[in-house]
Amino acid sequence: MTRRSVTIVGASLAGIRAAEALRRQDFDGSITLIGDELHAPYDRPPLSKQFLAGDWGEDRLALTQPDKLDDLDLELRLGVRATSFDLASRRLGIVDLDDQGCSGRGGRGGEEFVVDGLLIATGARCRTLRGSEGLDGVFVLRSLDDSLAIRAAFDAGPTRVVVVGAGFIGAEVAATARTQGLEVTMIESLPQPLSRVLGDEMGAVCAELHREHGVDLRTGVGVEAIEGEDRVERVRLSDGSVIEADVVVVGIGVVPNTEWLEGSGLRIDNGVVCDATCLAAPGVTAAGDVARWPNQRFGEVMRVEHWDNAVSQGAHAAGRLLVGDDEAEPFVPVPWFWSDQYDRKIQMAGRIGPDDEMHVATGSLAERRFAAIYGRAGRLVGVLGFNRPRHVMRYRMLIESGTSFSDAVAAEF
Amino acid sequence: MKIVVDFDLCESNAICMQIAPDIFEVRDDDFLYVLNEEPGEEDRARVDECVQRCPKQAISVQG
Repeated sequence: MTRRSVTIVGASLAGIRAAEALRRQDFDGSITLIGDELHAPYDRPPLSKQFLAGDWGEDRLALTQPDKLDDLDLELRLGVRATSFDLASRRLGIVDLDDQGCSGRGGRGGEEFVVDGLLIATGARCRTLRGSEGLDGVFVLRSLDDSLAIRAAFDAGPTRVVVVGAGFIGAEVAATARTQGLEVTMIESLPQPLSRVLGDEMGAVCAELHREHGVDLRTGVGVEAIEGEDRVERVRLSDGSVIEADVVVVGIGVVPNTEWLEGSGLRIDNGVVCDATCLAAPGVTAAGDVARWPNQRFGEVMRVEHWDNAVSQGAHAAGRLLVGDDEAEPFVPVPWFWSDQYDRKIQMAGRIGPDDEMHVATGSLAERRFAAIYGRAGRLVGVLGFNRPRHVMRYRMLIESGTSFSDAVAAEF
Repeated sequence: MKIVVDFDLCESNAICMQIAPDIFEVRDDDFLYVLNEEPGEEDRARVDECVQRCPKQAISVQG
């Protein structure tokens, strides 16, 4: 397989790690990395934690040091958005967002060029609450600029912050706000935070963590409306209650950025649909939040929005562009992520479902320091840890080696 | 090669321990211990993977 050039669309974690993997594999063709933000590639996890709290500056977010970026010998095109792709002609359409802004209507238009290898890593964007658009004081958190805006709103000393959604982003924002001494109400429509994934029992552990830190957590209730004149004044809930708020952070999930690929000839269905090797079409791969592929280890088609997956899938999808079909390996990771809330490090590996068999392997739920393992059809499929990184990684290795649930229960570390 | 861990950055996520348990170990005190600070060349690929996959970019290699 000789490839002349690779174009990577999306200059965040998966994109930059893909570029690095290409060079590691001695690819000496040209690499173009296109990103629609003006910032150099940066790391997102601190945006809801250290960076949001003001403990870290922008310099600590860099995904790669400037000298290492130079070594990659990339054509880095920042502030540029991909607008179209046509598989048959392999033409990629892009638009420079600056040009568009400065030259008025429709801008100078875009440009088009023919790509050889294409790696799609355009990620996802936050869902928003309908009706809250244009209201000051309502935020989502995805980008560095989002985090800066929320940080400024926190610094202004709001009377109350309302966090909509008690998923991991919402929970981290709530924890950061509480740590700064702000009053926080968090609203979750599920019976317990994360109960769809973790079940009610573990969801209750997460709920207790927040309540103990002074979060006014309301579960099993939805948001009816976010109200205010120019800026947010109150949040109206489905149970009729009203919460006065001057800052609202909405964390209700993401949608993959695939609109630009409509009509491209690629299959789009809640992400870019790939085969087991991350190939979407000949010479086209996808990685990170935007990619959906069958993970043969779990016999499940998945789209994984975790940091670690962006790293490993970015590298895998890059390598896939350099080999023929007969040499291609399936991408079979055990998904893993972490979330830091207050003094707890929550980690999860594998695929946990609310109906799985659960066993607390070490520690206790009461002290919130434990590792719980999950079994399905006699197999170890997942592990959840609170401040137990060593155990989570040990069990993750057992998941990888296809251990039975009973052997995992008997294992000691 | 010499492994350098920035312990101000390290959050004991233990990814390195999964890739190279003979070199990195997170113990019950939740701290990371480097078991072998100067592994041989045969370990370079694994150590490089630890460097890339560390969520805090806390690991670097000299030489």
